[in-house]
Amino acid sequence: MSLILDKISYYYGKGTAFETAAVKNITLSIPDGEFIGLIGHTGSGKSTLIQHMNGLIKPESGNIYFNGADIYDKDFKLRDLRRKVGLVFQYPEHQLFETTVIKDVLFGPNNMGFTKLEAEVAAYDALKAVGIGEDLIDASPLELSGGQKRRVAIAGVLACNPEILILDEPTAGLDPAGRTEILNLLKKIHEEKKITIILVSHSMEDVARYAERIIVIDNGEIYFDDEPRKVFEHEDELKKMGLEIPQCTQLVRKLKKCGFDVDEDCLTVEETLASIKECFGIN
Amino acid sequence: MVNFDKVTFEYIRRDEDGNVEGINKALDEIDLDVKKGDFIAILGANGSGKSTLARHINALLKPTEGTVYIEELDTKDEKNHLSIREKTGMVFQNPDNQIIASIVEEDVGFGPENIGVPTKEIWERVAEALEKTGMTAYREKSPNNLSGGQKQRVAIAGILAMKPDCIVLDEPTAMLDPEGRKEVIKTVTELNKTEGITIILITHYMTEVVGADKVYVMEKGSIKLQGTPRQIFSKVETLAEYKLDVPQVTWIAHQLRKAGLKLPECVLTVDELVEALKELVQYD
Amino acid sequence: MLRDITLGQYYPAESVIHRLDPRTKFLGTLAFIVALFLFKTFWGFLLCGGFIIFVTALAKLPIKFLIKGMRPILFLLLFMMIFNLLLTPGEIIGQWWIFRVTKEGVYAALFMGLRLVMLVFGSSIMTYTTTPNKLTSGMESVFGFLKIFKVPVHELAMMISIALRFIPILLDETNKIMKAQQARGADFETGGLIKRAKALVPLLIPLFVSAFRRAEELAEAMEARCYHGGKGRTKMKPLKYHLRDLIAYLSLIGLIVGCVFIP
Repeated sequence: MSLILDKISYYYGKGTAFETAAVKNITLSIPDGEFIGLIGHTGSGKSTLIQHMNGLIKPESGNIYFNGADIYDKDFKLRDLRRKVGLVFQYPEHQLFETTVIKDVLFGPNNMGFTKLEAEVAAYDALKAVGIGEDLIDASPLELSGGQKRRVAIAGVLACNPEILILDEPTAGLDPAGRTEILNLLKKIHEEKKITIILVSHSMEDVARYAERIIVIDNGEIYFDDEPRKVFEHEDELKKMGLEIPQCTQLVRKLKKCGFDVDEDCLTVEETLASIKECFGIN
Repeated sequence: MVNFDKVTFEYIRRDEDGNVEGINKALDEIDLDVKKGDFIAILGANGSGKSTLARHINALLKPTEGTVYIEELDTKDEKNHLSIREKTGMVFQNPDNQIIASIVEEDVGFGPENIGVPTKEIWERVAEALEKTGMTAYREKSPNNLSGGQKQRVAIAGILAMKPDCIVLDEPTAMLDPEGRKEVIKTVTELNKTEGITIILITHYMTEVVGADKVYVMEKGSIKLQGTPRQIFSKVETLAEYKLDVPQVTWIAHQLRKAGLKLPECVLTVDELVEALKELVQYD
Repeated sequence: MLRDITLGQYYPAESVIHRLDPRTKFLGTLAFIVALFLFKTFWGFLLCGGFIIFVTALAKLPIKFLIKGMRPILFLLLFMMIFNLLLTPGEIIGQWWIFRVTKEGVYAALFMGLRLVMLVFGSSIMTYTTTPNKLTSGMESVFGFLKIFKVPVHELAMMISIALRFIPILLDETNKIMKAQQARGADFETGGLIKRAKALVPLLIPLFVSAFRRAEELAEAMEARCYHGGKGRTKMKPLKYHLRDLIAYLSLIGLIVGCVFIP
């Protein structure tokens, strides 16, 4: 089970004076069960790239293989791909349209050809996974708070039982508590359901905490694709792209340079704190 | 400049048939006094009442109880609204939904047109406002082709062209990427320093309020904390209760201090913490 | 796909047509449309066709761009042409089953088609070369006399100019919601008419909700910027006639006269 992008390129405004490459010659392999962070600033091509992954955008050149099959083969059913590769767009709450929460979450499973029972099981399961309680399932999506709406929208995609879940800046516009809530939720889903997660973000700190692999994209090209500590070794190059490595990693790097005996690969505040405490001999 | 005297704002929740379900207090006896030229920041999680507060400054909302004065003008009096809105401009969260015209310069001119500024002076004001926000190069562009940060700068220019004494920004960076956020914060900070314009910045990003003169923290419609950024940032646990978080280094420094290291009460940057730790070692 | 709709959009360029007073362009477009229905012979086509090509060149508009803008009306155009082709009585030149094509029908279809094409060309030149704000202030001024009859001319003009500003934004949004629903397995492309109409519900409801939200926020932003209707409002770009407008009016009169008297 895997998704492979092989040398894909896509241009905007093909054939006009405004032709610009959105993604250039990108090769990527997404194996099972990873938690991947996709980083790049607005206009770097990351949104275009993820839309290739479930066949919403067809590349101008290159091939995409899902579990070994070319997704643009005649016999390949795009709907199957879209069921297995769930895509949560930015501000997904804007796509809610049904009169009740449960009906909205059922939309995906019903489209994907689930039986009535399968669909309901999947929908209830998804709502439970995102922490929407029974008391809200018959409420109108419009009555919910911003954070709740977003979780319902994520449940709408999760209910299709995807094997890969891609989320485009799922925390945009939320307050700190809301952000942590969503990210912890994704971690839980990843661990319990063994779903591959691709988290698109421009926060290095979020990605460092949750992802085991970071892909950095700029100007439509992949610059780094490695585990976080390896990617963060390129601090200066990242800075040129307008990306900063997490503050705590910056801190331990600087301390190490000044001669402190700390672990310079710390990625989270907890790791950093522990490492500094150890260095100072306190616990 | 801006004065809140025991301001309470209530709104009535109704069910589908229009029956009263309950009354919510979005603001609860708020007292606030902002001096001319101040840069103040209001922090709070979603639903803490900070946007409701912002809308009172611009007379878009009127208090249920208490009074809001903008330079001695009472916002309850309809007759004052135009002069209040001329004095206190407002920048909103969604960059797209506050740009009216299809060309940058025409949008910047919209405010002055509304208050009846003569044509020649509108042009002067537009040129000046675009210059101060660094958007002169884009004056004939369509707003649709700008980045989020640039759109917010156009919105700020549109306010500047009305020659306000005060700009209220209601989560201007919530929908922007880190670059855009920096752009906007840099622009307002400069306007505060060089033009002496009073800035009231509403946000939930802690890093953006570091440069403010005074920070207020809101929760459930009332002001829970106030002080300089350092005073506020040192209260890590209390902030967490209000669903806010501090920069990573501030958190680490705070924990180290709690564990017994003699560090300053509040650390805001990586370099500060490195220096402080170095000093500790020298004393040992 | 939706990005392709260029109709009603402004095309920025430096040209004498762009600089013309919007009232000239608005009244001129009306005059051109009148001229289109005045002539009866082939020479009239040449005259009007030549005129429109000349104006396009003056406006520095790429022909490709104009042709692209025709796409949305293609269906209407074909429909009208076929209608004229088959339903005009006269000398029969071809027959098939219940359809008969007449010589007059061919002429009528060609005339109708060309007229419609030129009509759309003419009016899109106006929108391509005039910013929505200028266009509405032109219309506001042309229809200003209606204020006597309590017609809210300023408010209508403002509404149109805001609608034009939000067209591209809403198109983008439509595209995005469409994709988001497709990602949940929605199918907009296959099935019969009823199935397709039903499939639009998940697209239209979010779009309406979003449009209302935008409208509300925009209204608030306008109020915050002291908007209070047309009273006491000044203009950043007040309308002023120049020599070029006089020349434009004269050539338009020439065109109408030409169309009336051409053999």
